[in-house]
Amino acid sequence: MITEIDASLLEKIADLTGKPVGAFNIRKDSGCEARQSTEHIAIDPQPEGKSGIIIRIKDGTKGEQCHIPVIISKSGVTEMVYNDFYVGENCDVEIVAGCGIHNSGCSESRHDGIHTFYVSKNSHVRYVEKHYGEGDGSGERVMNPTTIVYLDEGASIQMETVQIRGIDSTVRKTKIVCGKDAEAVITERLLTHGKQHAESDMEIELNGEDARGRVISRSVAQDESKQVFHPVVVGNSKCFGHVQCDSIIMGRAKIESIPAITANSTDAQLIHEAAIGKIAGDQLLKLQTLGLTEEEAEDTILKGFLA
Amino acid sequence: MLELKHITYTVSTPEGEQTILNDISIDIPDRKLIVFTGPNGGGKTTLAKVIMGLVTPTGGQILFNGQDITHLGITERAKLGISYGFQQPPRFKGITVRNLLTIASGDTGLSKDKCCKYLTQVGLCANDYLDREVDVSLSGGEVKRIEIATLLARGSELMIFDEPEAGIDLWSFARLTETFEQLRQRELATMIIISHQERIIQLADEIVVVGGGELKHRGSTEEIFPLIMADTLGSCPVLNK
Repeated sequence: MITEIDASLLEKIADLTGKPVGAFNIRKDSGCEARQSTEHIAIDPQPEGKSGIIIRIKDGTKGEQCHIPVIISKSGVTEMVYNDFYVGENCDVEIVAGCGIHNSGCSESRHDGIHTFYVSKNSHVRYVEKHYGEGDGSGERVMNPTTIVYLDEGASIQMETVQIRGIDSTVRKTKIVCGKDAEAVITERLLTHGKQHAESDMEIELNGEDARGRVISRSVAQDESKQVFHPVVVGNSKCFGHVQCDSIIMGRAKIESIPAITANSTDAQLIHEAAIGKIAGDQLLKLQTLGLTEEEAEDTILKGFLA
Repeated sequence: MLELKHITYTVSTPEGEQTILNDISIDIPDRKLIVFTGPNGGGKTTLAKVIMGLVTPTGGQILFNGQDITHLGITERAKLGISYGFQQPPRFKGITVRNLLTIASGDTGLSKDKCCKYLTQVGLCANDYLDREVDVSLSGGEVKRIEIATLLARGSELMIFDEPEAGIDLWSFARLTETFEQLRQRELATMIIISHQERIIQLADEIVVVGGGELKHRGSTEEIFPLIMADTLGSCPVLNK
């Protein structure tokens, strides 16, 4: 049964209000709450003994969405989930994942997931993953997502991850392997506060000719939180890669940003940029001259930065 | 009306106390265009910042429409009807031109037509700029013109512009002087413009010359402009020959 807390979590992580249209799988407290396949998108459970689902998208599927949110509303739930996506040729689909934890108990609630995508020729996938935590218990809210993507010739993925507050500890691992003419774009938005800890390891392997990879990471670390970024782009052929990490540091937070580029081909063109800084004083002053209070100005700057 | 009374600003340096503004008293009448001019480092920007609350004077009093605003913060002064265009405006990652104009206007549903009007007044096309972020992808001149557009959107009773011409190309500059001229003619606001530009100086109802932290001269354009020209030439030994 979907409670009020569940509905609010679903809205936050998957923009879902009411029953979703199209294919979906709602996982709640390690069980399947609801599932629906469509003509083009089939969702099946993993074989016995393995937790998670298998999603198969038929060749030529265009303009369809698939929602696969996970919610944890009990304190003390820990799970390891395997979700496998097989995207056929010439598709253009949107997959919205996301995990919401409401922990009002004192035990740790933890969701670990391994998502593996096999994207066939000339298909485009937009993959959105939102993480959200709430609840006033002392139990930690933990999420450790791993995403592995294999892009065939001409395939592309636009991966958008968002984690704004609420998650106490996260170690995120992302690996994308690009074939000929394939393109991977990762945008990451992260805000940590309190004593939260977030680590993000990314690797884009550009193996095929004219493969392209971009990482755009923006984060804000407040209070005593800690963030570590390690985005890596490896160019193994004629390819283009760009890594851009931008962080705003506040309070007594700590941020480590270690972008890396590796070229194993003379035709690999790779760039990395990383910046960490506090909110500039003149930005605050400017917005105050437009009638905002200092707090409103700070909020406006952070919202814009993470938009 | 804005009244500055005995404004003094001193700072401590390793060499001792340094006076940036020395006992400046001045009244700025409503709905006039006043140009602050004078040599670099003379105290013009500091004086303008004192009015906005960006700098707290060490002595003196500021009255705005009769209210003592000396101890009010920037936000409170902004809400009372004072705005300030920075000489070097900050940039904002992720904040678009439309966002900034919306914040400035205080109208969360600010229409595209209105945005277009403000941008046209500074020589920018809304279609090209509205959804662009005010970040490093914009040139110095573009950011500067957007800064002026935010003041137009804010529509304050007292607008302060710190060297609005700096970094702006000749063509856009002509459009900008037209905008100042229109504002002046329509008597929509009191404007204080810090400028060294002859064309802006000639638009002024009054010119205030600030130098060495003091008010050197004040008067109509006809009175003061020849003095500035004489000063300018007088200071250059080569031109004097």
